[in-house]
Amino acid sequence: MSDNGKPKFAMYWAASCGGCEIAVLNIHEKILDVDANFEVVFWPVAMDAKYKDVEAMPDKSILLTLFNGGIRNSENEELAHLMRRKSQILVAFGSCACEGCIPGLANFSTPEQIFEAAYKSVSTVNPEGIYPKSSYMMPEGEIHIPTFYPVLKTLEQVVPVDYYMPGCPPESHQIAAVIELVVKVLHGEAQLPPAGAVIGAGNSTVCDDCPRERNEKMIKKFVRIHDIAIDPKLCLLEQGVPCNGIATRSGCGALCPQAGAQCIGCYGPAEGVMDYGARLITAFGSVIDSNDPDEIESILDGIPDLTGQFYRFNLAGSLLRASKPALASKSGPALMSRGINPHGNGQG
Amino acid sequence: MTENFEPVIIGFTCNWCSYRAADLAGTARVKYPPNVRLIRLMCSGRLDPTFVIKALANGADAVMITGCHPGECHYIEQNYKALRRYLLLRRTLAQMGIEPERVKLVWASAAEGVRLGQEITKLVEEIRQLGPLQWPRLLAGDGHPAEIELAVEEVAA
Repeated sequence: MSDNGKPKFAMYWAASCGGCEIAVLNIHEKILDVDANFEVVFWPVAMDAKYKDVEAMPDKSILLTLFNGGIRNSENEELAHLMRRKSQILVAFGSCACEGCIPGLANFSTPEQIFEAAYKSVSTVNPEGIYPKSSYMMPEGEIHIPTFYPVLKTLEQVVPVDYYMPGCPPESHQIAAVIELVVKVLHGEAQLPPAGAVIGAGNSTVCDDCPRERNEKMIKKFVRIHDIAIDPKLCLLEQGVPCNGIATRSGCGALCPQAGAQCIGCYGPAEGVMDYGARLITAFGSVIDSNDPDEIESILDGIPDLTGQFYRFNLAGSLLRASKPALASKSGPALMSRGINPHGNGQG
Repeated sequence: MTENFEPVIIGFTCNWCSYRAADLAGTARVKYPPNVRLIRLMCSGRLDPTFVIKALANGADAVMITGCHPGECHYIEQNYKALRRYLLLRRTLAQMGIEPERVKLVWASAAEGVRLGQEITKLVEEIRQLGPLQWPRLLAGDGHPAEIELAVEEVAA
């Protein structure tokens, strides 16, 4: 990595699916602008670089780091601190880094339950009952793997973040726009947005971008999209489909509602919303057409998983952050060193 | 522990009924435990569930929501919205592992100072039985800083 004078760019993934990197590559020929204007110094999914290379760089030497993924284990946390130290601008990139996203849903469960599901349930073929341990004695010496934390944290819960870029994943045209802006800033043609700003998204709600026709909402029954023939022109919520567009930040162009599926909230809370789920409770509470407690309860039965509906993407970033059992649970290190599984020999 | 435990309860009251009921309880010298911190809203319909969640997240052991009796709302029907939001919120909190008893909805007219006092007494006793919630402590002790240091020490040894 010779120093060619170009500003340095990094992208890192913590607890995430890799969709954010695909979204970045999906900006097509704009990726050439990234290469023309930046020197990519660290991007595990796209190029080979070692953590020790980053550690060797001077502090603040990377201009822009896009950090995606939540903080699930000690490796994620270590890299969050490392990238913060080495970067001038650290962007929480994508829903996972901003608010926990789907990996954050594990905050409903204790580490025991997560390990149970991952290693003992039908989700994994694991006849020998092999279980991860944080440390293991090999003939060559003791080896370690990152320790699993009891709950997933968002990036800003671990290190200070400069900008937030929501979306699961962020839409490619939004990424392209942000990269264009940064390039303009580099050439002195534009100014950076104020610190702490949400970039690459709108300031309104998904409903504002949704072309469906809206009337007064009076809901007698919540339905799922496969239960009814969806009217292609009418607001989904009006038809009883629990659509989260009301509380969700604009930026995606209301893609899901236009395709006949409800907004599930991947762009996170709209401007000024402190707790996404609470905002949806307010909204859904307003449109249920009943004043009788028993009838209201039976209408609510139409949403089988309320917290899944309200906190699908931002449980870790919500006010409560996790369920009580998860917060009160033993941490991963204790769990992993205890070697819960009596049958496993710990060798993988 | 539970004998000495004094629950912290946030009470949201409606300007037109329950806040006046609390006022009446005061002037009538009705006795009730001092665990409830009352916050006046213009209507129970103003109660954003965010307030309740924030109160619990910041250390309240319980939240009491009070409003006008059904059909008597100063703003015609907003207390029904409060009812629906309350029912939604209870279900949501239950899934988060928070006992639904920690959020209580009480209808109290401006004349029901005595009843409001009784409801507060009842809630304080219930929460005393249930024990503290202590969400900030749960958040602080969620394993991240403390456990990591422990793990690092293990590595060094």
